[in-house]
Amino acid sequence: MWSLDEIVNSCNKTGLSFPEMVIAHDSERSGMEPCSVRSIMSSRLDDMKRSMEEALSGDHRGKFVGGEASLLGEYGNASSPLSGRLVLEAARIALAVSAYNASMGRIVAAPTAGSCGILPGMLFGFEKVFGAQRESLVDALIVAGGVGQVIARRATLAGASGGCQAECGAAAAMGASALVFLAGGSAGSVSHAAGITLKSILGLVCDPVAGLVEIPCVKRNGTLVALGIIGADMALAGIRSLIPPDEVIDAMRSVGNLLPEILKETGTGGVAVTPTAMRLRRLWEDEAKGQGDN
Amino acid sequence: MRLVDVIGPVMIGPSSSHTAGAARLGDLARRIWQRPVSRIVIYLRGSFAATYRGHGTDLALLGGLVGMLPDDPLIPESFRVARENGVTWEFSTEAVDGAHPNSARFLFSDNSGNEMQITGCSTGGGAVMLTEIDGFSLRISGELPALVTFHRDEPGVVAAVTGFLSSAGCNIATLNLHRQGRGENAAMVIELDDREVEGLQEEVSGTHPAIFRVIAIPGGGSG
Repeated sequence: MWSLDEIVNSCNKTGLSFPEMVIAHDSERSGMEPCSVRSIMSSRLDDMKRSMEEALSGDHRGKFVGGEASLLGEYGNASSPLSGRLVLEAARIALAVSAYNASMGRIVAAPTAGSCGILPGMLFGFEKVFGAQRESLVDALIVAGGVGQVIARRATLAGASGGCQAECGAAAAMGASALVFLAGGSAGSVSHAAGITLKSILGLVCDPVAGLVEIPCVKRNGTLVALGIIGADMALAGIRSLIPPDEVIDAMRSVGNLLPEILKETGTGGVAVTPTAMRLRRLWEDEAKGQGDN
Repeated sequence: MRLVDVIGPVMIGPSSSHTAGAARLGDLARRIWQRPVSRIVIYLRGSFAATYRGHGTDLALLGGLVGMLPDDPLIPESFRVARENGVTWEFSTEAVDGAHPNSARFLFSDNSGNEMQITGCSTGGGAVMLTEIDGFSLRISGELPALVTFHRDEPGVVAAVTGFLSSAGCNIATLNLHRQGRGENAAMVIELDDREVEGLQEEVSGTHPAIFRVIAIPGGGSG
């Protein structure tokens, strides 16, 4: 079932929930027992939570990034943030996990390492602000994964093939669907949250400074949780993507193919070739050259 | 793509192709070398050569070579672990026409005079592919248990090996045969479903006189 529309229709026909349908189809294709798929997803959630706790517990830095989550947290405690509690908390977690990834921390690629902060941000941000049962969070992660499977099949989840729309963009769409599920939305709303979110990131380029998963990746993890959250709210409000979500994903594939190579994870376009990026790159290369191998 | 691959793998950052894939590549090469790793030269190619320090590609490759999987928290300290295990290593870079952008060549050697050259690449999302062993072109992903035979190109080798596997109740998932020329050296890669291969090595060696070497690669490198 490589279509959100088919998942929604099957849910409506059979009365199964969105995550149940995702598990049923994954199990059919992979040959794994439904209970073992669910149990692996449950341990993925644990790994994700651990990555968040480790990320928030220390000052983890990459070559250029680090400290963003603390700043956002202090700001949020001292004032009432413009974007509200859920967005601020989700962004704080996303920034922390993403910087932890840059520091060689242990994370869950969801769907990729470069976008690994977004789902923990949205899921655990929701848990903190609204409360959620553990099993509901496992279900929500399965929903996110099901949306990711459709994107992987109809388009791609690799920045080198589709640009950042396929990594952070896909993660935000997956997270939007997961939040709609957690908030009790219908299968149709789950699907439209992904469509609405994806439409807003079509064409997003992958332009890592010096080729590192740091600039602009970490802050994109932080900002795109907000896009996913408002996408979820719109879908819960009954707003529909007039272009069906599957067709949006097809458009994403086509846009990804049209993007020039310099904007697909080569570090040779976008913000990666600004004067400051070139200066940072030289600094880092000089430093790297100075290190011995052994 | 399986659900558990969309949400996963669990890995040490920062990059699935340059860190997780690099660890898996080192681990797969080590499993094919099959001896304790004591001396290794790693030639980095393409983007591995250009950005390996920033992504910890060197730490991850060496981590895999000393048995670490992509989610091993010790990967950032793999140089220390390797040193404590008495491993000596050297990183070098090389430009090879037509090489995969994320690839590396491993040159293993030990004090008993054994040597092996293995080339492979990180194909994205943490997946890997070995493309050459001792000059033989082949394709090994390491996801399923596999047997690799090296033999002279003679009639009956494939039938002998597959006949043996059939009688042993092994289902063949994929089979690839490569030869350097008619009657010359050849290699066959057989991936199997759900079967441990370690015990099969000697039996497969004995199925045909043209077979001069068999390597068994246990599956499950994807942890």
